[in-house]
Amino acid sequence: MKWALAGALVALLALPAVLSSYALTLFILIFFYGFLGQAWNIVGGYAGQLSAGHAAFVGVGGYTAAVLSIELGLTPWIGMLIGGALAAALGAIVGYLGFRFGLRGFYFVLLTVAFAEICRIAVTNIDALGGPLGLYITFTGNPRQFQFQDGRAYYYIALALMLVATATAWAIERQRFGVYLAAIREDETAAEALGVNAFKYKMLAMVVSSFLTGLGGTFYAFYLFSLQPNTLFGIPLSVEIIIRPIVGGAGTLLGPILGSFILTPLAELSRLYLGQGGLHGAHLIAYGVLLIAVVLFLPEGAYPRLVRALARPAGSGR
Amino acid sequence: MSLLEARGLAKRFGGLQAVAGLDLSVARGEILGLIGPNGAGKTTVFNLLSGFLAPDAGDIRLDGRSIVGLAPHAICGLGLARTFQIVRPFPRMTVLENVRVGALARHPHAPDALARAREVLGRVGLAARERVAASALTLAERKRLELARALATEPSLLLLDEVMAGLNPTEIETIIGLIRGIHRSGVSILLIEHNMRAVMALSQRIVVLSFGERIAEGTPADIANHPKVVEAYLGEEYVRAPQA
Amino acid sequence: MREERRGRIAGGGVWAAGSCVDLTLVVQGVLSGILFGGVYSLMAVGLTLIFGVMRVVNFAHGDMMVWGMYLAYVLAARAGVDPYVSFVVCALALFVLGFLVQRGLVDRIVSAPHEMQILLMLGVALVLENLALVLFGPEPTRVRSPLAAAAIWIGPVFVDVARLVTFVVAVALTLVLWAFLFKTDLGRTVRAAADNTYGALVIGADVRRVYAVAFGIGAACVGAAGALVSPILPFQPSTGLSLSVASFNIVIIGGMGSLLGAFVGGLLVSLAESLGAVFLKPSLKELFSFSLLVVILLFRPAGLFGRRAS
Repeated sequence: MKWALAGALVALLALPAVLSSYALTLFILIFFYGFLGQAWNIVGGYAGQLSAGHAAFVGVGGYTAAVLSIELGLTPWIGMLIGGALAAALGAIVGYLGFRFGLRGFYFVLLTVAFAEICRIAVTNIDALGGPLGLYITFTGNPRQFQFQDGRAYYYIALALMLVATATAWAIERQRFGVYLAAIREDETAAEALGVNAFKYKMLAMVVSSFLTGLGGTFYAFYLFSLQPNTLFGIPLSVEIIIRPIVGGAGTLLGPILGSFILTPLAELSRLYLGQGGLHGAHLIAYGVLLIAVVLFLPEGAYPRLVRALARPAGSGR
Repeated sequence: MSLLEARGLAKRFGGLQAVAGLDLSVARGEILGLIGPNGAGKTTVFNLLSGFLAPDAGDIRLDGRSIVGLAPHAICGLGLARTFQIVRPFPRMTVLENVRVGALARHPHAPDALARAREVLGRVGLAARERVAASALTLAERKRLELARALATEPSLLLLDEVMAGLNPTEIETIIGLIRGIHRSGVSILLIEHNMRAVMALSQRIVVLSFGERIAEGTPADIANHPKVVEAYLGEEYVRAPQA
Repeated sequence: MREERRGRIAGGGVWAAGSCVDLTLVVQGVLSGILFGGVYSLMAVGLTLIFGVMRVVNFAHGDMMVWGMYLAYVLAARAGVDPYVSFVVCALALFVLGFLVQRGLVDRIVSAPHEMQILLMLGVALVLENLALVLFGPEPTRVRSPLAAAAIWIGPVFVDVARLVTFVVAVALTLVLWAFLFKTDLGRTVRAAADNTYGALVIGADVRRVYAVAFGIGAACVGAAGALVSPILPFQPSTGLSLSVASFNIVIIGGMGSLLGAFVGGLLVSLAESLGAVFLKPSLKELFSFSLLVVILLFRPAGLFGRRAS
């Protein structure tokens, strides 16, 4: 298994040499959404706290870096970290309110959605942040301003982000932190009785997750050169973030990545063939159907099922 | 000094006084049985002792230190572990992983905790089922898992909530043996039980609860014929008939 | 004529947030709030019924209501049926949808962890909302009804005939539902299943069918509610979310699972939102709703009448 992964990594590193510019874009999106999904996975998958408002962290991160760059000329490389920190602060607030007040299950989902919408509406109404039309980033192609002439730079950055998030999840998984998160997910009360400080660990997961997601906001802003509150804070983005890890396997290390490799090309295809005008919603219908299908037939996600399917031939030849 | 000392414990739910001015103590190295008819408040007492409920009044001291107002995980850290009346295994984890969660309380290094968990599994006789998902276990096995998990936190006091419920006589004998073994290794035990045979066999001392109050206390022999106990369980009529 | 009347009352006003708000507007707000409350109550009763019986949180509630609205729109545009008549059809159609959702989807995951149920209903919501988006487009619509133009003047304030009819019909439907649940055998079985599934099974109730009926009724409530408001509230596919939020607000205040709580809560929340609209910028009205939701979530009591959901 480890060899397969190493091989895949090498292949991914070498890929840009042979990819067309369209395929390059596709991979950038796969890595980017894989990154966001992995970041969500830490609190939504491992800790089992379903957040449906993670777009808020993307928005906070992106807008912070963008505003700092536009107003103060601060390089987005630093702005990214500040944006991540602010996103983490917001995550801490949402987490504190949710966990201190004992919000679980659908109550917590509602809280996260409400916060994301509050942020969205607030930003839409603040003219200094561009209001409903948002902000635009002038193209300079200057790497110091997180802009690159060559698409391949974005490819490697997105890949690096995805790897960083995955490494973080891997580190968490192996330590007490990860085991405790799993226990909380399975049965928080039983976990408490065994000495697990559920509040502390859920908060940690939330802060780590929102920090990483905030970093993604900067990438998003400077890759697309524009930020609109409805896109950056909206529910469609939150859905994009959570659907890949859920389909791929929430709470597993490779689930979010597998999910992104499956769904991103599908989304792009549907956008191509159906995406003109109002039919933009068509791929969201597919997401909805997929979500239902996964819940009914594949609740643990594609990755665990895949692992079992691959393991069987090896075990049957006894 | 007792290991556990509860004084004047009280808890009310709306119009119902579940526990009223209860004094309870568990001596170091003792097995104390807590019995009483349904609705007497036994599980409420457990929830109060383990921090899942805050008492309206009263003090609880573990090893001389007050634990009122502490969160359950902190109380576990201080050496008080509990099981649940309706077992709560972590369903998607294996037996070993379940116990590891408990072991991590004293052994934060994950590989150490795993080794320690194996030891505990051996002691409760679940070593063979180490890799099985908890959701696939029989009820008797789940009870043993619940026990193992709590044991892995290396408590000085173990609260057992109706461990025998739902088990057949053979399984009950096995668990009684297990509990005796745990006791011998130095763990004090407070157990809630409906199975009289088990309570009488295990307890060195018994406290009887009815409507949230202690109505009797003593050795198993004392309790067996205590008129108040008979009355509480069977009703007034039965007390009148004298024991031959 | 309106100007004259406003001029007469110009002297009286209410100071709020540093600006003087015409007293007339406040009274108007109260009146509109109460009238619209009938619809909110109906919505909330539907949601709480579904939760009370099956412990399912219907995240697609608002989106189902929007479909009620679009159905009324189609019937009005294609068949010329007034929504105050077609609401029956909309209720029936949504009943079928709710029945199928429960029977075909939710039923299969009864024993699964709760997150699964949340994700399932989110999926349903996604499908419903975006199907409407694809079929009807993103632009706001409204249904034409002759009643919508008429108004009754009571002194300086006016009562929308449409809102009045909506209120009356909504309250009537709630009473019909109440009668069903308390006076008919099937209704009593539904309530029994809500209180105690196991017990209901013991007495031989076909629990799965009861669940499906309950979900169907819950959906029918918003189907009717949707049709009834379609002439007075402009709607688009994305309206589903705000309607869901409003429903959750009401049901959490009133107590998850409490029918009376949902009914009273509907009136209260509608009143609060209506007054909020009087004193706040319209664009901030949604902000107010979401903030209200957060506050309610944090400080939720066991509801006005209900029990706290564990």
